[in-house]
Amino acid sequence: MVFLWAFLVGGTICLIGQLIMDLFNKTPGFTLSLLVVAGAVLDGFGLYEPLIDFAGAGATVPITSFGNSLVHGALQEAEKSGFIGVATGMFEVTSSGISSAIIFAMIGALLFKPKG
Amino acid sequence: MLNTDKQQYSQLATKHEKKRPILLNCVRAFIIGGLICVVGQGISFFYMFYFDFTEQTVGDPTVATLIFITMLLTGFGIYDKWAQFAGAGTAVPVTGFGNAVISAAMEHRSEGFVQGVGANMFKLAGSVILFGVFSAFIIALIKTSLIQLGVI
Repeated sequence: MVFLWAFLVGGTICLIGQLIMDLFNKTPGFTLSLLVVAGAVLDGFGLYEPLIDFAGAGATVPITSFGNSLVHGALQEAEKSGFIGVATGMFEVTSSGISSAIIFAMIGALLFKPKG
Repeated sequence: MLNTDKQQYSQLATKHEKKRPILLNCVRAFIIGGLICVVGQGISFFYMFYFDFTEQTVGDPTVATLIFITMLLTGFGIYDKWAQFAGAGTAVPVTGFGNAVISAAMEHRSEGFVQGVGANMFKLAGSVILFGVFSAFIIALIKTSLIQLGVI
């Protein structure tokens, strides 16, 4: 059942992205940035965590979860150390997405030759 | 004079521009994006079953695994072919973020590792990180202020 919700919710987020690209003529970079901000705003209102409970990977795999986990890390650390925590805790939860992107990009650049 | 030329040109350009098949694009994005999330869900179940992860924490290893798969698909040139077909369906999931970083790194390899790979890695994905971090900062700042002031 979780698979079905993951499919529907994840698909819907991608559909929203496609609509932004097609209807407003925006580049993928703009669309992704907008979705990340949307994820951050949703977590600010405490709405993203219920979505993860409900849809699993349908909510964690789209890029919106990136904004969610940035806010999440910042708020977690802010609980412990106040305002300083907002800046220092930001990457606490997100680290896996960025670090794995950097690491695998480096490995990819070492392994694969560019084409054309 | 220059202005009317520009106007004429843009009129001509819009006349010959291909109409985007919006409905078809949306169906493709929905199905492919949904399928990537289903694959992610399968990986999540694997990590929850064999390792000590909960539903809230399993996102991290899932994302890392998906980006690893993306590296292989990008390296063999498969991901870009899919991306042409699926549009936002492959761009919106984290695999699209990974693809942007990895393909930029591979593409600029010929310029060397410092000037090429290092300098261009976040050429496409940089704006995602910038706006994500900055908006998260503002939101967390507002929420922390409200909590400290005792509003919420």
